[in-house]
Amino acid sequence: MALTPSRILEDGDVALAIYEWGRAGNRPTVLLVHGYPDAASVWTATAERLAADCHVVAYDVRGAGRSGRPAATRAYALDRLSADLGRVMDAVSPDAPVHLVGHDWGSIQSWEAVTTPELAARIASFTSISGPCLDHAGHWIRQGLRSAAPERLRAVTRQLAHSWYVGVFHLPGLAPTFWRTGGERLWPAVLERVEGIREAAPSETQAADGATGVRLYRANFAARVLRPSERRTDVPVQLLFPRRDHFMVPELWDDLPHWVPRLWRFDVDAGHWLQVSHPDLVAHRIGEFVRHIEGAPETTALQRARQRAQRGNGAFAGRLALITGAGSGIGRETALALAERGADVVAVDIDGAAAERTAELCRLLDVCAWSQSVDVGDVAAMETLAAWVAGTLEAPDIVVNNAGIGMAGGVLDTEAEDWQRILDINLGGVIHGARLFGRQMVAAGKRGHIVNVSSGLAFLPSRTTPAYATTKAAVRMLSDCLRAELGAHGIHVAAIYPGIVNTGIVTRTRFAGQDAETEAALRTRIQKLYERRNLGPGAVAAAIVDAIDERRAEALVGVEVHGLHWLSRFAPGIARRLARISAD
Amino acid sequence: MAKAPLDDDTLDGFRRAQQLAYRCAETVAAELEPGISERETAARMQAWLVAHGATECFHRPFAWFGDRTAFRGAVGNRLLGGFNPAFYPGRRRLGANMPFILDCAPTLDGYTADIGYSGALGGNRILDKLMDDLQAYRALILEQVRARRPLAEISRAVDALCREHGYDPRHKAYPFETLAHRVEILPDSGTGQRWTVGRFGIRNIGELVRDRVRGAREGWNPIWNSSTASEHPPTPGLWAVEPHLGFRHVGAKFEELLVVTGDDAFWLDDDVPHVRRWTTRGLRPAQRRAA
Repeated sequence: MALTPSRILEDGDVALAIYEWGRAGNRPTVLLVHGYPDAASVWTATAERLAADCHVVAYDVRGAGRSGRPAATRAYALDRLSADLGRVMDAVSPDAPVHLVGHDWGSIQSWEAVTTPELAARIASFTSISGPCLDHAGHWIRQGLRSAAPERLRAVTRQLAHSWYVGVFHLPGLAPTFWRTGGERLWPAVLERVEGIREAAPSETQAADGATGVRLYRANFAARVLRPSERRTDVPVQLLFPRRDHFMVPELWDDLPHWVPRLWRFDVDAGHWLQVSHPDLVAHRIGEFVRHIEGAPETTALQRARQRAQRGNGAFAGRLALITGAGSGIGRETALALAERGADVVAVDIDGAAAERTAELCRLLDVCAWSQSVDVGDVAAMETLAAWVAGTLEAPDIVVNNAGIGMAGGVLDTEAEDWQRILDINLGGVIHGARLFGRQMVAAGKRGHIVNVSSGLAFLPSRTTPAYATTKAAVRMLSDCLRAELGAHGIHVAAIYPGIVNTGIVTRTRFAGQDAETEAALRTRIQKLYERRNLGPGAVAAAIVDAIDERRAEALVGVEVHGLHWLSRFAPGIARRLARISAD
Repeated sequence: MAKAPLDDDTLDGFRRAQQLAYRCAETVAAELEPGISERETAARMQAWLVAHGATECFHRPFAWFGDRTAFRGAVGNRLLGGFNPAFYPGRRRLGANMPFILDCAPTLDGYTADIGYSGALGGNRILDKLMDDLQAYRALILEQVRARRPLAEISRAVDALCREHGYDPRHKAYPFETLAHRVEILPDSGTGQRWTVGRFGIRNIGELVRDRVRGAREGWNPIWNSSTASEHPPTPGLWAVEPHLGFRHVGAKFEELLVVTGDDAFWLDDDVPHVRRWTTRGLRPAQRRAA
C-alpha cells in the first residue's frame, strides 16, 4: 500500500518525503526513521497505533522511497543523514523536542544525531531498534580484541560473522545487481523464510531502495568502525533488542551504559524487523517510554528495563521467572540460579516471609524481584496471583511449578482430607500454574518455559508413599500432555525428577496412620538418610537451569532416579516387588 | 574446669589482646589497595602485630579475597577432619569492589585473641547484607549460651538460621567444622617463643590439645561444632566464636571472644568494629548487655 507524503522538504540538497499520522498541537511528536532496504512505509502499522496519542512523523531517508537519490557515495555519510534528520525535526516540530525512534540504519543515523550536541538538544528521547552507533561498535570490537579474553573474542568473531553482508555490500556491483535483477520480487519471500514475517508488503521502490542504500554501508562503515570516536549522550535512550536478530549479537550492547547514562533495555523474543512482526509491542513500548519522559511516573516495566540495562548478558537477562515454593529448598535455589543468570523473579510461597527473603536475596544479584504469599492448592488464590502478574508485570517467560508437600502412609490409612490436600497442592498447584500462566504466554506470543517439579518416586510404586507418588506420577503425565499441546505455540515444557534431595521436606512430611512418637522417629530416620545422601537443592536448580537452556523435555537428578527410571522401563516386575517393602 | 580464673585482670588482658588484633585488621584494611595479594596482606598484618608487641600467636594472620571469602567448592576433607589448605593465604589479588576477610590471632603478654574482620574494597552489596545479618547470629549465640543450651544444639540453631536466611554456613569448611574454639592463658608469658607449625602457634595449639585431653576426661570439647562431642552445656572459659556466612561468591564472618562463666555469658568487648558498624547503620537494638 502506497503512502502519500504530507509534505516534501525541498530546502536542502536533497528533497525529503514526509508522512504524518495524528494531529500535531499539544501532543508529543514521535519521529520514526527507517533502515535498509526499507522506506517510511515499514512504519505504517506502528504509526497507526501511536497516532491515537501522538503526532507521528516518518520520512523517506535520502536514497529511499520518494526522497531524492544523490549519486555520489559521500552524500550518504552520517553527517549528511543526521543533517536531514535535523531538517525534518525543524519542519515538523519547530517548538518542542521530538521523540526519536530508529530501526537498523535509521537507528544508526539517529545515534549520530543524539550524540551530536546541537541536534541532541532537539531530541527528548530515543528508542533504538537493531542499529548500534557505529563508533560504539568500533570501540567494542577494539576492546574485545585488545582484552584478548576468550569470551569477548568469541563475541566479536560471532558479530563479524553476523555482519557478512556488510562485506558483500562493499563488493562493486553485486548488491545493486541483485536488486535490479528481480531481488525486489524475492524480498518478501526472503523475509518470510529468514524472519518468519508474512506481514511485509512489497514496496514500489524496493529495487531502487535496495540498490541505492548500499551506499550507506560504503560511505560510513569502514571510516567509523576502524576509527571510532568517543560519542556520548545524555538523551534518555530505550533499547529494544530482538533476541533472534540475525544481524546483531547481544554482547554488542554490553558497553552501552558507558556511553549512555540514562538507559532502558527491553529484550524481545523476535527477529530483526520488530516493527513489522510486533507492531503492537513496538507501539506500546514507544508510547510508554514517551509518556514517562513527558512526566508520567516510571512503570514497573520501565523500572525493570532500567535495572536490566545496567547488567551484563546473563542467559536469562530481562526475562521474568515465576517460581512456586520459592521460600526454601529447590524453589529458593532455582530462584537464585535464575536470578544469577539475569532473570527477574517472582518468588511465590505459602510462607510470605520466606518468599520475601528469597526475593531480597535475588535483588542482591542485581535483578528485580517480587514476593507473593500464595497457597498453590487454592485455585482462587492462584487466579489472583495470575491476575496480579499480568496486571503489574507481564506474562512470565519461565514458570517453575515447584511447590509441593510430602506425605507417607498407606492408602487405607490416609484420610480423605489428607488426600484432598496433597492432590490440591502437588497436582492442582501444577495444573493451575501451567494453565493460568500458559494462557498468558500464548496470549503474549512468548515462547516461554513451563517447568514442573515431579519426583524420582514418580517411577517407583510404593506402599509407603502412595499419595505422594501418585501426585508426582500425575505431574509426569500432565507435563507430557502439556508439552504436546503447547509445543504448537513454541512453549517448552520440562518435567524434573529429583532424587533424595535434602530440602527439609521430610521434616514437614505427614506420616498418615502413625502416632506422634512413631512419626517423629520415622522422620528422624529418613532425615538421616537424606543427610547421608548429601544431595543439595542446588543440584536440582542447576538441572532446571540446564533443562530451560537446552529446552529439554525432562531432567533426572541423582543416580537413584536414573536407577528407578531404568527399573520402571525395563523391569517393572522388580519395581512392583520393591513396592511391597515397608518403611517401618 | 577452666584453668583461667575469669577475674577482671584476666579479662582485661584478653581484651587488650583483642583490641590489638582489631587495630591490626582495621589498620591493614584501611591501607589495602587494588593489586595487593593475600600473602602480602597477611605479611603486613604479621609485621604490624610484631611491631606492636605480639609475642606469639594462635595462628599467623590469614587473608582471603574475592570468592575465596566464601570457601566455595569441595574444600573440606573428611579424612583430614575437615582440614583444608584453601585456608592459607594465596596469590589472589584484590580488585575493585572485591570482598576480603582478615583473620589474626595474636598473643599479647600471654593473652590470646582470635578475630575476624570482613570488608570490601569499595562497595559490595552482598557483603553489606551478610554483615548486617551477622548481627542475628551474634545475638542468637549469646542468648542460647546464656540459656545453657548444649553447644551442639546452638551450633545446629546457627545452621538452621543460615538455612532460613538462604546462606551457607561456611565455618563448616574450617578444620573440624568449627563454629568456635577455646583459647587459654599461656604460662610464662613474655618468653617470646614464636615458633609455628603450618602457621599455627605451637604453644597455643598445645593448650588446645591439652584442653582436648582434659575435655575427653571431663566430657566437653574445646572445638564447638554440631557433632555429638559438643553435646554438653557451655564450658566456662573463653571461646573464640567465628560464624562465617557465604552467599554465592561472597563470604563474611566475625570472630571474637565470648566469656562463659559458671552461670552466665557475655561478649568480652562490645566495642568491636562489626558492632560499631551495626550501630552506625541503625541496626543495633536498644537492649544492652546487663553489666
